Amino acid sequence: MNNIVVIPLILPIMLGIALVFLRPYVKTQRVISLLTMVAIAVVSVIMLGRIQETGIMRLDFGGWKPPFGILFVADSFAVLLVLTTSIVTAICLLYAFSSIGEKRENMFFYPFVLLLVAGVNGSFLTGDIFNLFVCFEVMLLASYVLITLGGEKAQLRESLKYVLINVLASWFFLVALAYLYGTLGTLNMAHLAERVAEAGQDPILTTIALLFLVVFALKAGLLLFFWLPGSYSVPPTAVAALFGALLTKVGIYALFRMFTLIFIHQPEVTHMLIKGMAAVTIIAGCLGALAYKDIRQIVAYNVVIAVGFVLIGLSVSTEAAFEGAIYYLMHDMIAKAMLFLLAGTMIYLTGETRFDKMSGLIRNYPVFGWMFFVVMVSLAGIPPLSGFVGKVLIGQGLIETGSYVLLALAFISSVVVLYSLLRIFLNAIFGETIISIEDETPLPKRMLTPIVLFAICTIALGFGAEGLSSYVSDAANTLANPSIYIDAVLGGK
Amino acid sequence: METLMILLIGVLIAVATYLILSKNLIRVILGTAVLSHAVHLLILTIAGVKKGNVPLLKEAEAPYTDALPQALILTAIVISFAVTAFVLVLAYRTYQSNGTDDLEGLRGQENE
Repeated sequence: MNNIVVIPLILPIMLGIALVFLRPYVKTQRVISLLTMVAIAVVSVIMLGRIQETGIMRLDFGGWKPPFGILFVADSFAVLLVLTTSIVTAICLLYAFSSIGEKRENMFFYPFVLLLVAGVNGSFLTGDIFNLFVCFEVMLLASYVLITLGGEKAQLRESLKYVLINVLASWFFLVALAYLYGTLGTLNMAHLAERVAEAGQDPILTTIALLFLVVFALKAGLLLFFWLPGSYSVPPTAVAALFGALLTKVGIYALFRMFTLIFIHQPEVTHMLIKGMAAVTIIAGCLGALAYKDIRQIVAYNVVIAVGFVLIGLSVSTEAAFEGAIYYLMHDMIAKAMLFLLAGTMIYLTGETRFDKMSGLIRNYPVFGWMFFVVMVSLAGIPPLSGFVGKVLIGQGLIETGSYVLLALAFISSVVVLYSLLRIFLNAIFGETIISIEDETPLPKRMLTPIVLFAICTIALGFGAEGLSSYVSDAANTLANPSIYIDAVLGGK
Repeated sequence: METLMILLIGVLIAVATYLILSKNLIRVILGTAVLSHAVHLLILTIAGVKKGNVPLLKEAEAPYTDALPQALILTAIVISFAVTAFVLVLAYRTYQSNGTDDLEGLRGQENE
């Protein structure tokens, strides 16, 4: 049986609940949560192998055959993201061990991280659109708790906005679902795709598609990202890194599913709109990244730029662009988490949040300084590192479709990313040292290790892109040919 | 019946929009609660109010009413209940530590 498909959801939920009862035993909680992530990573590697052999896997809950029951569908795209999620979360947990503080560890930090991961993995794997809503809510409720945990003044203030915006977005999601069910009478994604293809995408369906676009754009930070910089700069570093790496990516994933599988028949409306929104997102993100001196804001706006960049890959919809977008998504999850950890560590070391108040950190903490260099080069897309492959493939897709303006915009944004980080690098990492050896805050090895692990990941993803290519091209192939997904769900058995 | 329901939904959404646009935090939260009721009614209405019998095979005769919307609503109610409870507590804590429940006062630009 394909019961393995549900493990990335069920394991963190069960253990998350179990950890609630182990509240006094912080050490046990740490070990269990880390092992869970490793286990999910192993499971997803096994799943990737099986998908290569036997095609897309699915699990019908309760034996209800699609399109009647809820089901999980594991294609390469979803499983690659599950794999990246578990690796990133494991490393962020390592960072949290030494930085999150006893107070939060005692207040159910680890259970909620596990529940967050359960929601994220569920959203990736589900094949039913209402189930997608439920998994989104599981993820969001866990994120509400994680963002407020600690209860500092600014934290409460910003998280209130984050929660209210997401409540409203979820409401739109439900409205869109109601319309969709009213028009098509089904909720299974493959079945929806089939019915849309049969009936043709009339104006009503396109309107519903646009409603979904608004919902997921809010969650992904595509154009509607006004909530993002504020709420990503208040939680503790490890949580901010998790959010920056995972939450927007789930919205991006949902956009990919919607607009490569279901609403594909009127690209001149939907995909054009995504293209425009992505372009504006990139421009606005670039302006934000250049405008601020607070490194948390700069890092948050870098998330926004990446969202725009990946969704350009969706808007051109060629197989090369899909491949590039998948590579870039994986790269971005790793590199953004690393960037958030670095920024948080810089604030921890200096007690300042503005980069012009820091200087010469590389003399005090040489390894740390070079790690910042690695992430900067990686995000800019310099060849041996992981950002390169994704950028080249998305660029290839743009050239194939002749979108030269977008191509220029996408690559100018890389330069802006480089410049915004180079400013931090030259000011805060290089330059005269202002902290004397006696005054410097010691940088614990346990905080540096996770950052080095991320650096290894980004280098490995850059050099190992060839090894991953069979999985990524399979994922892109499924995205480019929705019939593969539909047949796997509805055909036979 | 459907027309009446749709009108009711419209009224609820109008009320909720008004509440959400106000500056008082509690009103905004009440607005989201009313909004969720509106969408639950929308799901119920859009799939067609009672069209046939209870969907129990052998117990009742076809045509059956679609039971799925009610399952969806039940799930959505549970979720919106949990979220509303959470937001209320969060609003109270924010009020305690920031000393205001006016959204204008919660803008938070002082660190720039």
